[in-house]
Amino acid sequence: MSPVLNKSMESPAPTSSSSSPLPLADWTLPGIGLLKGMAVTATNMIQSYYRKDRMTTVQYPEERAPISPNFRNFPFLVYDGSDAMAGLRCTACLICENECPPKCIYIVLERDENGKSLKRPKVFDIDVSVCMNCGICVEVCPFDSIYMDGEYELSTPDRFDGLLFNKQRLARSTDYHAQLRPLEASEVATRREAEADKKLAAQAAKAAKANLDKQAKEQAAAELPAAAE
Amino acid sequence: MSLSPHTASSASMPELDEDELLHVSLGPQHPSTHGVFRMNVALDGETVVSLKPVFGYLHRNHEKIAEGVTYLSSMPFTDRLDYICPLTNNWAYAQAVEKLAGIEVPERAEYIRIITAELTRLINHTAFVGFFLGDMGAWGSALMYAFREREKILDLFEDLTGARMMSNYMRFGGCRNDLPDGWAARASVLVNEFPRFLDELENLITGNEILIARTQNIGALPKEVLINGGITGPMLRAAGVAYDIRKAEPYGIYDRFKFRIPLGAVGDCYDRLMIRLLELRESLSILRQALDQLPEGAYIHPKAKIRNFKPPVGEAYARIESPKGELGFYLISDGSAQPFRYRIRPPSLINLTLLEDMCLGLDLADVVLILGSVDIVLGEVDR
Repeated sequence: MSPVLNKSMESPAPTSSSSSPLPLADWTLPGIGLLKGMAVTATNMIQSYYRKDRMTTVQYPEERAPISPNFRNFPFLVYDGSDAMAGLRCTACLICENECPPKCIYIVLERDENGKSLKRPKVFDIDVSVCMNCGICVEVCPFDSIYMDGEYELSTPDRFDGLLFNKQRLARSTDYHAQLRPLEASEVATRREAEADKKLAAQAAKAAKANLDKQAKEQAAAELPAAAE
Repeated sequence: MSLSPHTASSASMPELDEDELLHVSLGPQHPSTHGVFRMNVALDGETVVSLKPVFGYLHRNHEKIAEGVTYLSSMPFTDRLDYICPLTNNWAYAQAVEKLAGIEVPERAEYIRIITAELTRLINHTAFVGFFLGDMGAWGSALMYAFREREKILDLFEDLTGARMMSNYMRFGGCRNDLPDGWAARASVLVNEFPRFLDELENLITGNEILIARTQNIGALPKEVLINGGITGPMLRAAGVAYDIRKAEPYGIYDRFKFRIPLGAVGDCYDRLMIRLLELRESLSILRQALDQLPEGAYIHPKAKIRNFKPPVGEAYARIESPKGELGFYLISDGSAQPFRYRIRPPSLINLTLLEDMCLGLDLADVVLILGSVDIVLGEVDR
């Protein structure tokens, strides 16, 4: 059987810049290479007593390494105002539940006695023992209601209920978000304000237009009998 | 010598009495097997007579799960394929979807992708050197030094993506977020300081007589066998075949950068180690160029869809030169939000197929070394 060569391997054109074969290690006396390696180890050992960048151990719980501002762990829900349950931005639209890769979010929509949607979650559970911290729920949420937390000391002796976070446990104020991720929070706040202003303006415009239409109708109605006569 | 990888074993071995062989089950829980990998080795004295790999202990049903979730939802799962280098996995998958849906990527995003991918190569190859020395019995120094440098790059990744290893960073049409303030400057500092560490690492290992005695002329196979076996990446280049997808079929914007492909002469374990050390230098040169040229602009295509993403009906295969070899994603779309078929071509698994051919006739201690030189991650082998 002859070797099957890929065409791109035969033609040297795209890979002509390849270097020459590997250089041989330059050793003369047997044992020199070993000693050179030991010198590196010794240098490292001595430097580990005084060089700042080689003293990398942080004595956790007493000391803590700073957390990156971008660090993400588990999601939380944001609420506006002071009442956590009434102010939740979540509208129970189920987008995050559907997009969640390991399916760790469970949402039940709240309805009134007539079965009409109240656009808020009755149940919003996240099983953090399943959650894989990917942050896709944050990206897909159209209502700016879910964000990633940076909290990491979450160990619990109760591995079932202790790791199933309900909406009371998940709710965090806007201030908490602003403190955790100032950049993201301020961006969201300005965007939401602009949207609210736009909405108000649109409502005002709609009302004004309705008013105009009404006036026009009344005028037409007033003119109609006159024309009939 | 037979050229077919699957007949090489039976042709070169003399007849042996089955009763005189010692059967050893190497793994699955053993530090030298790089995860949960098992080898059933038959020994005649110390000499390997046959080697049967057993894998699947880390099977997570990734491909089937991906066919039941949306395209975006598979992105975090790709982090967990080759968990040493999540960002190249992300890139390969994003590229496949972009090919499928015909999405353009802005220039800045391409640069960010190259920078993260080459930093990932630094992580992979330094970690490889550490683990390889560990396999040889030099457990400690080399791995600790390698991980000290790896940690600096992981800090950069954490600031950029939010997680050290499970980055979930690439998106269809760009990246998830822009570089934080000062990130590029910090990356430049790291890239400029890295050669000093490489000098240190080379001083530590390259001249070492024990290393040379253990690795030279161990596990070499002819080029033709490697090519027929589908071996890619540093394994193939160590045997002297100039094949690197970054040059052979440039993806992203690799054609804009000047870099060389180091080639080995023999293809033994020593060459495989040296190839990685030389590739680190070339990666640094790509990184320097990319960080110098990094343009301003959008990090994601403005019309990229995050919610309700449905590519048109069709199929696509995209491949990249991941640090371990050719990583490819094959996708078939039926026009819905989930892929109809989702298939991965993992370099680790394919590079492992010639393991028995490399080990036959050598000592048991060399088996561990050869497995280490293949550079596998079981998350990718078993999927």
